[in-house]
Amino acid sequence: MHKSEIKTPPTLYVGSCVKYNSSKPYRLYRVNNNKRILKSQSETMAIDKLSNDPNPNQNPKPKQKKFQWCELVDEHDGKDLDFLLPPRQVIGPDERGVKKVVKYEFDDEGNEVKKTTTTRVQKLAKTQLSKRAMERRAWPKFGDAVHDDFGARLTVVSTEDIFLERPRPHGSKPEETKVAGNLGNAGAVLMVCRICNTRGVHWTAKCPDRHLAHHTDDPRANEGAYVPPSMRRGAERPGGSDMRRRSDENSVRVTNLSEDTIEPDLLELFQTFGHVIRAYVAIDQKTGMSRGFGFVNFANREDAERAINKLNGYDYDNLILRVEWATPR
Amino acid sequence: MRPILMKGHERPLTFLKYNRDGDLLFSCAKDHNPTVWFADNGERLGTYRGHNGAVWCCDVSRDSMMLITGSADQTAKIWNVQTGEQLYSFNFGSPARAVDLSVGDKLAVITTDPFMDLPSAIHVKSIATDPEDQTGDSVLVLKGPQGRINRAVWGPLNKTIISAGEDAVVRIWDSETGKMLIESEKEIGHKKTITSLSKSADGSHFLTGSLDKSAKLWDIRTLTLIKTYVTERPVNAVAMSPLLDHVVLGGGQDASAVTTTDHRAGKFEAKFYDKILQEEIGGVKGHFGPINALAFNPDGKSFSSGGEDGYVRLHHFDPDYFNIKI
Repeated sequence: MHKSEIKTPPTLYVGSCVKYNSSKPYRLYRVNNNKRILKSQSETMAIDKLSNDPNPNQNPKPKQKKFQWCELVDEHDGKDLDFLLPPRQVIGPDERGVKKVVKYEFDDEGNEVKKTTTTRVQKLAKTQLSKRAMERRAWPKFGDAVHDDFGARLTVVSTEDIFLERPRPHGSKPEETKVAGNLGNAGAVLMVCRICNTRGVHWTAKCPDRHLAHHTDDPRANEGAYVPPSMRRGAERPGGSDMRRRSDENSVRVTNLSEDTIEPDLLELFQTFGHVIRAYVAIDQKTGMSRGFGFVNFANREDAERAINKLNGYDYDNLILRVEWATPR
Repeated sequence: MRPILMKGHERPLTFLKYNRDGDLLFSCAKDHNPTVWFADNGERLGTYRGHNGAVWCCDVSRDSMMLITGSADQTAKIWNVQTGEQLYSFNFGSPARAVDLSVGDKLAVITTDPFMDLPSAIHVKSIATDPEDQTGDSVLVLKGPQGRINRAVWGPLNKTIISAGEDAVVRIWDSETGKMLIESEKEIGHKKTITSLSKSADGSHFLTGSLDKSAKLWDIRTLTLIKTYVTERPVNAVAMSPLLDHVVLGGGQDASAVTTTDHRAGKFEAKFYDKILQEEIGGVKGHFGPINALAFNPDGKSFSSGGEDGYVRLHHFDPDYFNIKI
């Protein structure tokens, strides 16, 4: 659920992220006409005491509310009795922004229900609004915005945290590389970044320009020049070399795979039947998506046979697999 | 920071503008409806319906009551900000590109694109206090620059008009006589189309962004080049922080190349530079298309960016941004 909370002026709380809604009904059990016992131990003490009191009507304690239980029960009208309920409690928001609202109400059957709503309030911005700006806040919507309702979700708070990404860590300078080399620190000299060719600053894996690596080094990145499909990124498949040396023996063809199925999934599925030599999922070279079929090679023919018997017609990722012997090419 | 994403436009964004108080954000896009949002929580307040083409630019009066928009439907329209009602429409023979209101909101400068036989032009219109009295007559028409004039703004005390566009030359015109006063020199100026121009908060200098992958800071009176910020991608949008000495450049690769390359290659980041040291401070990622529009909240505590992807992203800075050091 998305909720926007605004508290003005001068601080403006905008937006809240998550809202957990839990309602736990606590039933009041009727023992006799004028006594009620709460099942829940955590309910308010005043009522508990009341139910233990032999003569609640005659001796109302000062802490208790001024009402008579017998009258209530006879009326059977929960709607107007809200004043009987414990008051609404608001706990928080604490340092983590979690706010709890505890509410008591009667449900349709006259049972008292405790509702706890937990909300996380996140402060996104603090703005000072001028008087004119406050007036503008109250302006009615116009144009297409008239029909904006809560579900329209035109405005959403990003789920990911975005940071101002520094080009390099604070305090480090590009010249530092030389200094590190002169220090004679063996570890620092060993630390060579293959991407930016610096020494002693960071490892290749930690390079801030890591994502650029294949663009800058790659002669294919030249804009406009034609790149044959087989040379494009993502075209080379690890399975390319073992295409030749794979044995067609004990090969099982799996079809009607979901697009999300990858080779490790297939391996996991089939290795329960025996030693799997190879699991391969056909990938479309243009789109990089699975073509929906694959092959599994078993070391033993019996294992392959068992796999076919078991998995043909098996429900995998909401699709019915078809598993059969691969036809030799 | 967690940016607020506003998805009200169906086409690429073209321009963003905050009002003076910084509580409203106006967005223009290639769909036909300029939109106003609350700048704190991103809630949509309304849309201005009436244009029949891409809306390229807008400006809002100082009292936030009047909005002027320039559109490719060959009109510039004046709107009531509060109700979304159209107050007046200036009709031209060619698409309107840039609009800017003068100090005092009595004059507006509107540029028009070259179209058919018409050359590009800068029109100065007087804005009536009462929209009933509004007329479409031009006070002044300036001609001369070749190609589109992507931005035209008023200089100090409304005495000059600064224009920049496809011919990569920044010009300062006298707003009384219509004479060209200063022109940027070829050697130091931009090499390619100037896409954006943004004045500093005090109006003493301005920043231009160009497709030659650089942004330049100029003195507004003498047109002396103060600083140059070099980046790796064409610059579509520029903004200057009113609070800190920061400059933000937005851009990215051509839209036509977006689908064929990795998203990280696009450089669809808003790049922050130190205004004085000309060094890069950092980048804010998020868009998945080139950034076409950037605007700083007048309080300097938030900024918004609009992209080719149709999203407006509203960023409220984390507290540590304000103590950032290079």
